[in-house]
Amino acid sequence: MTDVLIVVALLLVAGAATAAVLNRDPVRQALVLSFLGLALALLFTFLQAPDVALSQLAVGSAVTPLMILLTVRKVRRRPGDSTDKGRER
Amino acid sequence: MTARGRLWLFLVGAAAFAMVFVTACFSLPPFGSVHHPYGERAVRAALSHHTANVIASVNFDLRALDTLGEETILFAAVLGTVVLLRQTADEQRTRPEPAVVRPRVRWFALAMLPFAMLIGLYVIAHGQISPGGGFQGGVVTATALHLLYLAADYRALERVRPVPLYEIGDAAGEAAYVVTGLGALLAGSAFLANVLPLGTFATLSSGGTVILLNAAVGIEVTSGIVVLLARFLDQAVEIGHADDGNDHGNDGKERV
Amino acid sequence: MTVLPYLIAGWIFLIGVYGLVTSRNLIHAVGCLAVAQSSTYVLLLAVGYRRGGTAPVFSDAPTDSRVVDPVVQALALTDIVVGATVTALLLALVVQLRKRHGTVDPDALSELKG
Repeated sequence: MTDVLIVVALLLVAGAATAAVLNRDPVRQALVLSFLGLALALLFTFLQAPDVALSQLAVGSAVTPLMILLTVRKVRRRPGDSTDKGRER
Repeated sequence: MTARGRLWLFLVGAAAFAMVFVTACFSLPPFGSVHHPYGERAVRAALSHHTANVIASVNFDLRALDTLGEETILFAAVLGTVVLLRQTADEQRTRPEPAVVRPRVRWFALAMLPFAMLIGLYVIAHGQISPGGGFQGGVVTATALHLLYLAADYRALERVRPVPLYEIGDAAGEAAYVVTGLGALLAGSAFLANVLPLGTFATLSSGGTVILLNAAVGIEVTSGIVVLLARFLDQAVEIGHADDGNDHGNDGKERV
Repeated sequence: MTVLPYLIAGWIFLIGVYGLVTSRNLIHAVGCLAVAQSSTYVLLLAVGYRRGGTAPVFSDAPTDSRVVDPVVQALALTDIVVGATVTALLLALVVQLRKRHGTVDPDALSELKG
């Protein structure tokens, strides 16, 4: 039973990682990375690593995507151009 | 190098890596094997030091010097980010306008804030006896603080979050770790050795120096992540180019 | 099943590096680096897993119970948090590049020669 859960989580992680790389738009990538963080946390829980899962959940699904989104917002803001502001959130 | 050339170089390298890696995988002990010599020794060492969470014992006792290195990387990365994202002479700060938040979002975020903070602090404090510790709890606490940004707006967050204080906290956490290590030298033992009374197994006061080092890391990680997010939020919301006269930051939120 | 977790770790690493090589946006490249980095966590924890073992925390388990390898977990744990701050440093570099050169496309940057 545990083996089945581990295999499912592994496939989920592999799929999410592939999707995160193939999404060329950083905003979409941030959302997929957030899902990848969640899938990794799930996998680590099944692998009996609650410490690592907790760490991955907080960092992978919240902090890293948030920083990517903030960077996108900064980078897309051109002087005098107000059309794309706030679109990223 | 052209994009095509780069891709070919990658494909050749990836094929070579895949070949070596797959060969290595079949020589590794099979997944889930019972033979873990280092794990067994680490468990014995942790139990002899009255630390119920073996991972905390590995991080803050058996391999404490290694964690000092990790902490220094963290400290240096935060320092580098702060230097890179500082406000330059040709940039100006614009006050973000207050944002309107849907009442449901506001109440949910405000209700979650104390619980999330409490969970973060609990996870830091119980690192030696249950899954958790300074690294994880620090990230949870720092992220929880930013629920206030969701509940209200950036100005509210700035009022309750004095960044200089967290910058000092980041440095103090790093310093506390080194000082604890030096304290072991004064006690006549090796640097970062576990010299404090070990306490009763599986109680909050067990583990000796693990508690102190865990708390130091908790302070450093909390402060470090808060400072990092503050710098990125500053750049994204407040700091704009000087030519950008009519740009009033809109607080990063859609109006309702 | 005996090698599947290792192979998946290798796949995550390769797809992450592929993204890095072909990326036209430095923010996307940083995200791909985060993906490649996560392969090391999968590999470490897969090596440390022991069938039938529980988490290496003995607060409410007998001290002779079978547990998974705690050493690799400790390695992965610190690296996740430190990795996030290094990601922040790289993103800060991207913001600086955008300010200085007005682009986040690595190919456009190489034409500028500094």
